[in-house]
Amino acid sequence: MAFVAPQLLGVIILGLVPFLFVIWYSLNEWRPLTGEMEFIGLANYEQLSSDPTFYASVAASLLFGVAILVFNLGIALSLAVLLNQRLRGITTFRTIFFSPVVVSVVAWSVTWGFLLAPNGGINGFLKLVGINGPNWLGDPSTALISVVAVQVFKGVGMNMVLFLAALQSVPEEMLEAAQLDGASRWRSFRSITVPMIAPTILLTSILTTIGSLEVFAPVQLLTGGGPGDSTNVLPFLLFRTAFVSQQFGYASAIGVVLFAIILGLTLLQWFTRRRWVHDEV
Amino acid sequence: MAQSTATKIALYVILIAASVPFLYPTLWMFFSSFKPANEIFTQPPTLLPREWTLDGFVQVFTAQPFVQQYGNSIYIAVIVTTASIVLSAMAGYAFARIEFPFRNAAFVVMLAAMMVPSEVTIIPIFTAVNSLGLNDTHWPLIILPIFGPTAVVSVFIFRQHFLAFPKEFEEAARLDGVSRVGIFFRIAMPLARPAIAAVGIMAFLRSFNMYFEALIFLRTPENFTLGLAITRYQDFYGEQMWTTQLGAASLTVIPILVVFLFAQKQFVQGLTQGGLKG
Repeated sequence: MAFVAPQLLGVIILGLVPFLFVIWYSLNEWRPLTGEMEFIGLANYEQLSSDPTFYASVAASLLFGVAILVFNLGIALSLAVLLNQRLRGITTFRTIFFSPVVVSVVAWSVTWGFLLAPNGGINGFLKLVGINGPNWLGDPSTALISVVAVQVFKGVGMNMVLFLAALQSVPEEMLEAAQLDGASRWRSFRSITVPMIAPTILLTSILTTIGSLEVFAPVQLLTGGGPGDSTNVLPFLLFRTAFVSQQFGYASAIGVVLFAIILGLTLLQWFTRRRWVHDEV
Repeated sequence: MAQSTATKIALYVILIAASVPFLYPTLWMFFSSFKPANEIFTQPPTLLPREWTLDGFVQVFTAQPFVQQYGNSIYIAVIVTTASIVLSAMAGYAFARIEFPFRNAAFVVMLAAMMVPSEVTIIPIFTAVNSLGLNDTHWPLIILPIFGPTAVVSVFIFRQHFLAFPKEFEEAARLDGVSRVGIFFRIAMPLARPAIAAVGIMAFLRSFNMYFEALIFLRTPENFTLGLAITRYQDFYGEQMWTTQLGAASLTVIPILVVFLFAQKQFVQGLTQGGLKG
């Protein structure tokens, strides 16, 4: 028991207890600058339900989550298929694709901030081929997808490696047999490879969903939630409400909703798994 | 499957094109820190400086106490890494080997805690840190990653490792009268090197690259860690110092990337194990 005590108590004191406090705070009016905490029941949640910024934020978060999930998994799987070829020097490419994972998120975001600037590197290259690039981070129609791209390139190497390991466990004889029977490459990928790596797809999609809803640093450093509320995702709204506007009670209510969304989406993916994952995970 | 030369060439072209968004930003960051500020947004864009200068790097050290900030990040990461290895190994070992009351319940508690985002629990933790007078100190940046819910992944990695560890070694030692603690430190731990490497790399990188907690808790530049310091390079007029920012970012990132190149296998295993075995 002494072996688990430090870690178990730590997780309870620094994880579960604070969460119960957050639920309690969310039922209170509390502005730490002016002092007193006052119990107001569900008033914070009522206020949320009529707050357009909150709805914009939920929408931004869901859009952000879906975009990350689609692009991250799509690119991770494509890169893994590419890396699964027998080619000289293939591990160099694996190194390159994985390298942003170890790079500091601040350094990565700051650098992309320069590249995505109206007169930055990306628009510079576009101009060379005759395209006038948009103000990526300053235009509400491109800001969210730009932050998604920065986040995906940073983290996709992780899922890529997981997919690569899964692909390498697909027996080659099965694919060869299918080919002898006249199946096209695409057909055998869809009917043999994908079902066999389905457990990995489920796992990565759950982890990526959770992760995408907690993204904070790239949003703060690239767009500051703007323009308008187009990138004002929930963790960022929570941060601003708590530490800029100093409304701890209201921010806690946002936190409870954020947790509920994460829990809901995780359970949804877990309980629909039987539809598409035949193997028990 | 055998490939024709044409297929091979096509594959290389795709791979090289796909590499650009992963590699170019890091290269651009590095070379641009040698540029004079007016070259950052030159059109058409260039990777290499036309005129090489160390001005940006000099200001990294004069505009902020960067050496001290570097030291802060390293000493915090070293403490976090060492403590994480010892504590999560002990907990992982207990979950794998020792029957104790409510073992399954404790396991579920740990799983549940992982689901709560750190941005949510930061509010009560912030008020607690404040009332303990530990705001603008390194204590929260050390204590939170070691004991908090992020450590659960490390516990799982060790648990998984010790589950696969043959019981016979321990039974033989026990017959020789070695205690549980002795078995753990003298037999189990020395044979747990892959798990130690995995947890160590993960904990070190997470702490070294930490940003959110630093933003919340730290106020004075002497206490900043690197992530926070990079964002705070401004001149007297409040304008961002571009090349200085990139210089500080390069000095933060390049050493890690060099170590990564030499210990790739351990890095990839360490960082993905958390995902796989959770």
